[in-house]
Amino acid sequence: MSELWRIITAQKPEIRDQSVDAFCRRATTEQLLAEAGELEQRRHSCQNLYERIRALFFLYSIHRFHLPTRPETAGRAQIPFVGYEKLLHRRYEEAIGIFLAAWNSGGQGDGLSSALAAAYRGLAFQTLADQVRRSVRSVRGNQWMFRTGHPADYSLRLRPELLQRDAGEPFPILHETTPVRMDLSHSGWSDIFFLGMDLPEWARVLNVSIDLAVRGSDGTAPKPPVEAYLRVIDRPVIRLVSVDLDVSAEIGDLQELFDFGRDYLGLLKAAVIASGLVPPGLESSGQPLAHLLRELLGQDGLGIEIVSHVNGIPKGSRLAVSTNLLASLISVCMRATRQVTSLTGELTEPERRLVAARAILGEWLGGSGGGWQDSGGVWPGIKLIEGVRAAEGDAEFGISRGRLLPNHRILPHSEVSEETRQKLQDSLVLVHGGMAQDVGPILEMVTERYLLRSEAEWAGRKQACKILDEIVADLRSGDVRAIGGATQRNFDGPIQSIIPWASNLYTETLIEEVRKTFGQAFWGFWMLGGMSGGGMGFIFDPKRKREAQEHLGVLMREVSHRLAGGVPFAMQPVVYDFSINEHGTYAELLTGNSAKLPDGYYNLILPALLRRDQRSLSSSERSDLERFSSACHGEQGAEVRTQNFLDRLLPQGNGGNERQESLDSLLAKNGFDPIQHERIQAALRAGRIGLAQNRLPDSTIIEDAPPEQVRDARHGVDARLRKIGEEALASGTVAVVTLAGGAGSRWTRGAGVVKALSPFCRLAGRHRTFLEVHLAKSRRTSRIYGAQVPHVITTSYLTHEPTEQHLQRVSSYGYQGPLHLSLGRAVGLRLVPTVRDLRFAWEETAQQVLDAQAQKVRESTRAALIEWAQRAGEGSSYTDNLPHQCMHPVGHWYEVPNLFRNGVLKSLLDSRPGLRYLMVHNVDTMGADLEPGILGYHIDSGAAMTVEVITRRIEDHGGGLARLNGHLRLVEGMALPSEEIEFQLSYYNSNTFWIDIDALLRAFGLDRASLSDSERVAAAVRSVASRMPTYVTIKDVKKRWGKGQEDVFPVAQFEKLWVDMTALPELACEYVVVPRMRGQQLKEPAQLDGWLRDGSAAFVTGLCEFGTE
Amino acid sequence: MRIRKAVITAAGKDQRNLPMQTLFDQQGVERSVLSMVVREAAGAGIEDICIVVYPGDQEPYAKLLADTTARLRFVAQAEPRGYAHAVFCAREFVGNEPFLHFVGDHLYVGAESGACARRLVEAATAEDCAVSAVQVTRESLLHLYGTVGGQQLFGKRGFYRVDTVLEKPTPTAAEQHLIVPGLRSGQYLCFHGMHVLTPAIFDILSALLAESPNGRASLSSALAELARREQYLAMIQSSQRFDVGVKYGLFTAQLALALSGEDRAEVLTQLVNILAAREMLPEQGAAD
Repeated sequence: MSELWRIITAQKPEIRDQSVDAFCRRATTEQLLAEAGELEQRRHSCQNLYERIRALFFLYSIHRFHLPTRPETAGRAQIPFVGYEKLLHRRYEEAIGIFLAAWNSGGQGDGLSSALAAAYRGLAFQTLADQVRRSVRSVRGNQWMFRTGHPADYSLRLRPELLQRDAGEPFPILHETTPVRMDLSHSGWSDIFFLGMDLPEWARVLNVSIDLAVRGSDGTAPKPPVEAYLRVIDRPVIRLVSVDLDVSAEIGDLQELFDFGRDYLGLLKAAVIASGLVPPGLESSGQPLAHLLRELLGQDGLGIEIVSHVNGIPKGSRLAVSTNLLASLISVCMRATRQVTSLTGELTEPERRLVAARAILGEWLGGSGGGWQDSGGVWPGIKLIEGVRAAEGDAEFGISRGRLLPNHRILPHSEVSEETRQKLQDSLVLVHGGMAQDVGPILEMVTERYLLRSEAEWAGRKQACKILDEIVADLRSGDVRAIGGATQRNFDGPIQSIIPWASNLYTETLIEEVRKTFGQAFWGFWMLGGMSGGGMGFIFDPKRKREAQEHLGVLMREVSHRLAGGVPFAMQPVVYDFSINEHGTYAELLTGNSAKLPDGYYNLILPALLRRDQRSLSSSERSDLERFSSACHGEQGAEVRTQNFLDRLLPQGNGGNERQESLDSLLAKNGFDPIQHERIQAALRAGRIGLAQNRLPDSTIIEDAPPEQVRDARHGVDARLRKIGEEALASGTVAVVTLAGGAGSRWTRGAGVVKALSPFCRLAGRHRTFLEVHLAKSRRTSRIYGAQVPHVITTSYLTHEPTEQHLQRVSSYGYQGPLHLSLGRAVGLRLVPTVRDLRFAWEETAQQVLDAQAQKVRESTRAALIEWAQRAGEGSSYTDNLPHQCMHPVGHWYEVPNLFRNGVLKSLLDSRPGLRYLMVHNVDTMGADLEPGILGYHIDSGAAMTVEVITRRIEDHGGGLARLNGHLRLVEGMALPSEEIEFQLSYYNSNTFWIDIDALLRAFGLDRASLSDSERVAAAVRSVASRMPTYVTIKDVKKRWGKGQEDVFPVAQFEKLWVDMTALPELACEYVVVPRMRGQQLKEPAQLDGWLRDGSAAFVTGLCEFGTE
Repeated sequence: MRIRKAVITAAGKDQRNLPMQTLFDQQGVERSVLSMVVREAAGAGIEDICIVVYPGDQEPYAKLLADTTARLRFVAQAEPRGYAHAVFCAREFVGNEPFLHFVGDHLYVGAESGACARRLVEAATAEDCAVSAVQVTRESLLHLYGTVGGQQLFGKRGFYRVDTVLEKPTPTAAEQHLIVPGLRSGQYLCFHGMHVLTPAIFDILSALLAESPNGRASLSSALAELARREQYLAMIQSSQRFDVGVKYGLFTAQLALALSGEDRAEVLTQLVNILAAREMLPEQGAAD
């Protein structure tokens, strides 16, 4: 029997919990291939869900981390495009079949392994997600909602209390307040559904319901941050109002309710549906909403209004605000429809469980997802939440070991005393550090590592379980100081050994500074949620808590300001006041004069009512106006209320002018060419340029690069070439050019930070920025060859100033060699995209299809964005954002000619006349260094430019090396007539170029001497630029608003790319295949985990010699 | 167990005229609703009937029931405290005996006249415990009825041991607590409005009424408690039940009686005539 299958199916934990990596490291390639074959066979016949899933993850691991390191499997097999298409459509089994067929017909290789790894991983997560979905649907109490397909099947009735009103009075309001939750232990992410359903014994968290107030905002005491309101209105619609997002909608059509991405009301819609008020079975039923409302309310002409309100708590607090808001809304709807018996007050335990199950359903409907502890605010006080073994009668029985829903044990005051609770509140400082984060990939990483039982992480998980026990014991004994010690140990140890990305430079700087200032009075750091940098806790000696709160506020602002160049911040950091909430979610019925909604509601709704003919107002609307009017007279806060309302009602001065001016001046300062911009605008609108026009004509003959025209340097080059390179390095003839002018929009999804300055990963014991790594490689080369390597960093309007300041602050990381910044002198203004290009990007190009519900949300969001583009004017200048977010760099083609234009090359050559070669590389190509063998090859070949390529993996998109009409060159992905062609190209461009300076100057019609003639240089650059194609691209740009809210807009921009230089006949180019670790680029944070685990990070660290700041 | 007594509740303040409405029974004889209800009980071998009425209704009701063979007793519900309290008002009449109970505004129509109560009484006698008649009901109608959850009685088709009773449950609660093995999904056992109860129900009602802040209780809560204390069964009734108090209720009941009685052919002919004439009306209008 297969050894790995034995591990998967073993009952004994000591066998079952063995690491797959440990086995694979020992195994021969032959054994690995045999194991993969057997796992593939057995997973099909296995009935047990988790055994199947574990087999899939094992197969993923073999293909992602182990086979690629074996030289025996290093073939040049191409990835079948048809399999890739299946992968994109989430048809994983079919994709696996296609890839395996290619593999078995002799096509083993790194590329196919990467494709198989992606398919196995995708299938594993799809199977897990399907299981959660099935469990949510089959929870008793939820099933009926999926079979209610007609108003005649609908049997919910509104409570009569909500329909009782005196003449002229509005209907009563049901008001729900809900605390948020904090995870006191940090559970090592053991609250992810998959873990709880496989190993319920280890799924444990300590969860506390808390009230909050943002410190210093309005001086109010902490209160439940989440509120939901429900009332009857005299219009047959469902009116949804989000006070904090300042948006409302009147829904008169059932289908509109199921359109989640259309507006910001997706969460409210998900709550209405998950609560059963409008059961999910009614989607696409074509039935009128009015009929459903008639059944619900017992009469025609009435509707329901639901209002949500979050009291100033910003997004990303790691306190599960959105899940608890969802739970609060669901609870208020379920109370109103008698699905829970308690109309007011607290919920009973079975009712809380039902609300929590519905919240999970709501998250699934809305296409989001959280952990099972997230709706903890529904419960009161401090509770231990633990996974439960599935027993007979449970929907999960026989499928997974654990149940979907855990058990909540509320710790009574006899167990955790009142005094301890007070002590905890007196010691803990809760903050929001302000960082913008995407924790989605982290949850996948946790699941993957859990199922693979990787040694370090598994040990970490065991340790995290012990720390939880320790914290519970400390709570019982009332030792808050020990809790601080335990949470700090948890953060330093298990949390980061499970997920290194949980920590970051920002958090570590804060901890270090706090420790310096408070010494023994700082008891420990405590991480909240998916990762640090947003919501966090610091535990202090209570005597110094006030001081610590003040200090942290100032410190976070200072550190965030310092790091803002490379770290994305969504908002100003804040410090909270908090208290433990001992009620959980709680409702009251507001009647008569107390039936009022929050002020923000009236600010949003009443202006529209005032604009209407007063005679057409319904009695409820009139009484709303009267209520608010009386609240503006004499009641507490009347003055502020009135002023806010008037601000809303009356036109304000145009603050937009300032922004416009600053954008204009920035454009002018950075060499913006308005005439060229108008030309591009006109061409875009006329359809002369666009995504479809980027492509080469169909008649172009595109072939894969013949092996004999590509030098394979994956296993080194011969000693002679290496010696040539070493001599060139020793004689100081080579400089490095790091291209760092781009916005790194994929790295931060358009947040507009400088990627080069991002402290992206901990290497050699510290967080390092991209720039530091590149300089560390140049430092090492300088030392080895005894000649200082000149290092040039190209910048743009976006990156120049922060890079300059950062290098000053860190003393250029102690780099001794010549260091130059080369400022770009070209900038573009982004455009509102054309609908044609949006449709092309979303419909004509191959796209990863999402999970069914998430895909639905995405499609409805896209429909809204198309509307936005039409409204904003297709092809018009994009100016509705911060100036920097409206501008764009015009592609890295300009970055090398900029060296000619801005005098950097001239000054380099003046000071080092012996300089002959440049190695130009992307800021995210971490493994690129001055490798003497490749340099020797470049010199020996006599080429003007040598290009480094790598063998293609499935994730490598964007063209590659090809023979176009007989001429070998690099071709950009956007230019390929069809995506299928890309998969026929064996080599992917790493964007590292070795350039012979004189030969390049010649290609521009220049020489060393003419570099002083700026006009001649400008004309030469313009002339070559005109021969380069202009590509239109769609990029995502973030727009921030409100309290940490972010919208992502697609914008059009244009660029010219350096790869097209290889098409110039006068520029002799050579191509060399380099090892993947050298040539791969880090484009997205989600790649980091694999990069760290597959040995790439260690490889790069080995190339570095880090200096001191 | 011998069942000699029946309790009929007809004390609803807003429905005082309903029992006096007249209909033609399956034999084509004109009778009041109350008289038909009482005949149903008498057909089941009941000897003593107690009718709980709104104060002052005793006399008109007594007139309607002049030809009844069973012994009648009227008890007034002095305060309007709901249905469960109305049942409770009959406790002295019942004493320490099991009794048949149904409401005065429901009519039962089956293949055989009066067989509904008789079958229930027979079942309770045979099983020696409380039995409620139930009907398999779609979940969309749950908001109208008390509903039971339980397990099928081994070897007795159509009989269930009741574990839980909820009054007008939501489908959410029904799915959690009232799923009965063997029924199609989304179907539940709802009360048919007719029960044989043991005298223990009065102790339970007494406690529930005393605890209730508004002096009211639900019979379903009392039955839920009864299920905890002693064996309590539900029996599926195939006959149809008509609530004459709802819109078109009286009319539908009449139609059902007529269509299952001696005048079936005549009533059907009338119906077809009405429908045919209605279909032809627009054409005639056009010709005019």
